Amino acid sequence: MRAKRKPTVVVVGNGMVGHKFVELMVKQDATATYEMITFCEESRLAYDRVNLSSYFSGNSAEALSLVQPNFYDENGIHVYIGDRVAQIDRTAKIVTSANGVQIAYDKLVLATGSYPFVPPIKGNDAPGTFVYRTLDDLDAIQAYAAHAQIGVVVGGGLLGLECANALKNLGLTTHVVEFAPRLMPMQLDAIGGAVLRQKIEALGVAVHTSKSTTEIVTDEHGRVEKMRFADGSELQTDLIVFSAGIRPRDELARQCQLAVGERGGIVIDDRCCTSDPDIFAIGECAVYEDRIFGLVAPGYHMAGVVADQLCDVQSANRFTGADMSTKLKLLGIEVASFGDAFATTPASKEVSLFDNLQGTYKKIVTDASGKLLLGGILVGDASSYGMLYQMMANEMALPPHPEDLILPPSRGEQKPLGIAALPATAKICTCENVSKQAICNAIADYQATTIPQLKACTKAGTGCGGCVPILTDILKAEMQRAGLKITNHLCEHFPYSRQELYHLVRVYQIQTFDDLLQQYGQGLGCEICKPAVASILASTNNDYILKHEHLPLQDSNDHFLANIQRDGTYSVVPRIPGGEITPDKLIAIGQVAKEFDLYVKITGGQRIDLFGARVDQLPHIWARLINAGFESGHAYGKALRTVKSCVGSTWCRYGQQDSVAFAIQLEERYKGLRAPHKIKAAVSGCTRECAEAQGKDFGLIATEKGYNLYVGGNGGMKPQHAMLLAEDLDEATVIRYLDRFLMFYIRTADRLQRTATWLNHLEGGMDYLKEVIIADSLGICDELERDMAHLVATYQCEWKTTIQNEDSLKRFRSFVNSPQVDPNIVFVEERGQKRPAYTDEKPMLIPTELVMPVG
Amino acid sequence: MDNQWIPICPITDIVPFSGVAALVGDEQVAIFRLNSETEAYAISNYDPFSRAYVLSRGIVGDKQGVLKVASPIYKHSFDLKTGACLDKPDVRLPTWSTRVVDGTVHIAIR
Repeated sequence: MRAKRKPTVVVVGNGMVGHKFVELMVKQDATATYEMITFCEESRLAYDRVNLSSYFSGNSAEALSLVQPNFYDENGIHVYIGDRVAQIDRTAKIVTSANGVQIAYDKLVLATGSYPFVPPIKGNDAPGTFVYRTLDDLDAIQAYAAHAQIGVVVGGGLLGLECANALKNLGLTTHVVEFAPRLMPMQLDAIGGAVLRQKIEALGVAVHTSKSTTEIVTDEHGRVEKMRFADGSELQTDLIVFSAGIRPRDELARQCQLAVGERGGIVIDDRCCTSDPDIFAIGECAVYEDRIFGLVAPGYHMAGVVADQLCDVQSANRFTGADMSTKLKLLGIEVASFGDAFATTPASKEVSLFDNLQGTYKKIVTDASGKLLLGGILVGDASSYGMLYQMMANEMALPPHPEDLILPPSRGEQKPLGIAALPATAKICTCENVSKQAICNAIADYQATTIPQLKACTKAGTGCGGCVPILTDILKAEMQRAGLKITNHLCEHFPYSRQELYHLVRVYQIQTFDDLLQQYGQGLGCEICKPAVASILASTNNDYILKHEHLPLQDSNDHFLANIQRDGTYSVVPRIPGGEITPDKLIAIGQVAKEFDLYVKITGGQRIDLFGARVDQLPHIWARLINAGFESGHAYGKALRTVKSCVGSTWCRYGQQDSVAFAIQLEERYKGLRAPHKIKAAVSGCTRECAEAQGKDFGLIATEKGYNLYVGGNGGMKPQHAMLLAEDLDEATVIRYLDRFLMFYIRTADRLQRTATWLNHLEGGMDYLKEVIIADSLGICDELERDMAHLVATYQCEWKTTIQNEDSLKRFRSFVNSPQVDPNIVFVEERGQKRPAYTDEKPMLIPTELVMPVG
Repeated sequence: MDNQWIPICPITDIVPFSGVAALVGDEQVAIFRLNSETEAYAISNYDPFSRAYVLSRGIVGDKQGVLKVASPIYKHSFDLKTGACLDKPDVRLPTWSTRVVDGTVHIAIR
């Protein structure tokens, strides 16, 4: 049977704007009407180019990704990754890709973006020259920088400075070379540029303005050696990154003879339509009224204009140019430029505050009467940008003394205008086009009371993030207006914070969730409070977590003592303390993996993860593992995971202490310890830090005299260096301090708060923590140590208890009424092991798929 | 047409405030109970957001008094009585009538 053919929309390019377009189509259920296909030239799906430099300060490619896992797959949109459209046949309406794929389209959306402009000078392609646009570019820069000391960015604009930040993060001596007489010539005036320069130079980045590069001189191997400028001067360097502006990628448009702009770019009208009515162009490849829009917000706007048309939305959404106002943080320095920043409006007036001492510059531009704000520049402190921008965009009347708007709050009049003065129509988030009204509605109707909730229901603040401060102000004002208090209550069932609940449980010796709910809560509980209370109970009483009264509180992972994966199967991690394992135990793991056909992967915590176990297989797997001498690794719990170690003084010629033995001792002590979030630890045998202890919740680095103790480190999404708590400790003191530190964290942290965030929010910070842990300023250290001693003494291997308990084992069945197993769990082979089948592979693997209708 | 009642399991096989999965014909059903020995709820075990059959393994609770289960994968909540997704009202899962006779949970097939 052949279904009626749906019209096909082909999207060329999967950058930020191309992906946004697809997202907007999916949001409006356009996949029901259209077959959608997209081409992604890069090897990665869309990612956040705005924050590219954070890739060098620890953000992974995954963290930068803008695409929800499986988004394309789940929405039935085919993506050709690593392939680009090479030709458009407008008569036949067919695109042909570089790999030879041919696709007939009904509507074509060009989102090909731009490429970095490289000035036509001698040596501009020598090894050591780079551009800065893609993650591949960054990988290439990083690889080359490993053998370089000096790096130069050509271009002192917005992107150039972002790139300078990246080079600085790579540890290079960094220079910025700008053709214009000042930095950011498109956004800043002379004073603004000078203030920015002063601040950037203070960070150790050299700035050279009014420099025109004439030649790149290479060494005897043909690699970059130095730059030569028109004024005869030279600059030694190992590496050069060109960031001197962008050019639209319009080669496809030229090939198929669409109208292009005088200076390039695909010409579009206010519907983003090109000279061919079936072809649209959006983002940086498009030119509207002779202008190219190299920011993400206008690109998103264009994506919305086209999506609305294709989805037949009767809206007047048109693209009629965009305001290029921006606020950013460059090298940690706040810079904003908005509206008529250069006071080009006839008879306009300027008010400025130039503080060379603080390194701030604030300027506002008003109309002749001083009643309307036309634009402005902020350098060094852009905290008033949100409000100023809104005053301009909404044409709000200025206060009698406009200078109050930029004076420091201590000496200026009290804030002349509050958030309440903003009209309901004020556009707060320009990336996602969200009005103040929409935000207020979300607060009132959906009871969004936190920024993450607001983001989730309105999408405001999810683009460039620049509106988050003003979003926070609106949230506070609206909640105040509604008489709501901003609370840290756990959820609707408990009017207490986690810390308060912990205290109640501990002081009143509460044993079960039901008791706590009856005495201090309401309703039945939910997926927020139940696991949180389960964790508190475990951190105080340390019962077996699958006891009847605790079992319904546990998240699926704790419930089945394994980690749930996307297909509903689980992974299993046996404990390997300190990462030390005998050959026999290693073989035993291998045998179990083979017998149960499990996918095997080494974890970052020096253990082995076995994937693809069905619920009913878990007890059998664990019976075998326990027999071989293993215990639960608690990889499923908000609990101590591993204490990683380097090989230490027993083998290593540099080792100062026996880091393996100490790591094992610590892991054995704290194993199974439940906490507000997971805890990772490490012990390094010397200052070379091979165990990466400074990236852990607690970490030890051996010294000649003992150990330095670090706490509050984190890897993952927001890496953070751990901070030194105490130096040169003997092992017994380390354990005493750790007992105190861990219990203090467990007592006072919020739900799902890692030690790094906890420490960041701890009033008084590290100094206060030292007072509490070392000087015992609160007089609670004895108590903390006693609490920990109780937890250590009552440890049990949860899996051992479980497989000895027939009642618990009953829970490990796929179906309560049948010995069958879930027929939807199917695997395919990849690189010699199995992995869960993707949705589009399943129909071939399951004869009659049991997918249920939803509707 | 009258409902046909299929016996599933003793109600005591379901720990209070939790769920189990049952196979009824070709369909996977998630059956939940609260504290009652005489009442149970049945909705599809299929989580349309993760496309996995896992809802029986979610945490049971309430939102403003509405009985619900939260999927263990991406935490969307579903109304135990109507099958409606509380986070995305246009998504609704199939539900089944239930009854408990002599301590055994039955569900009705249509």
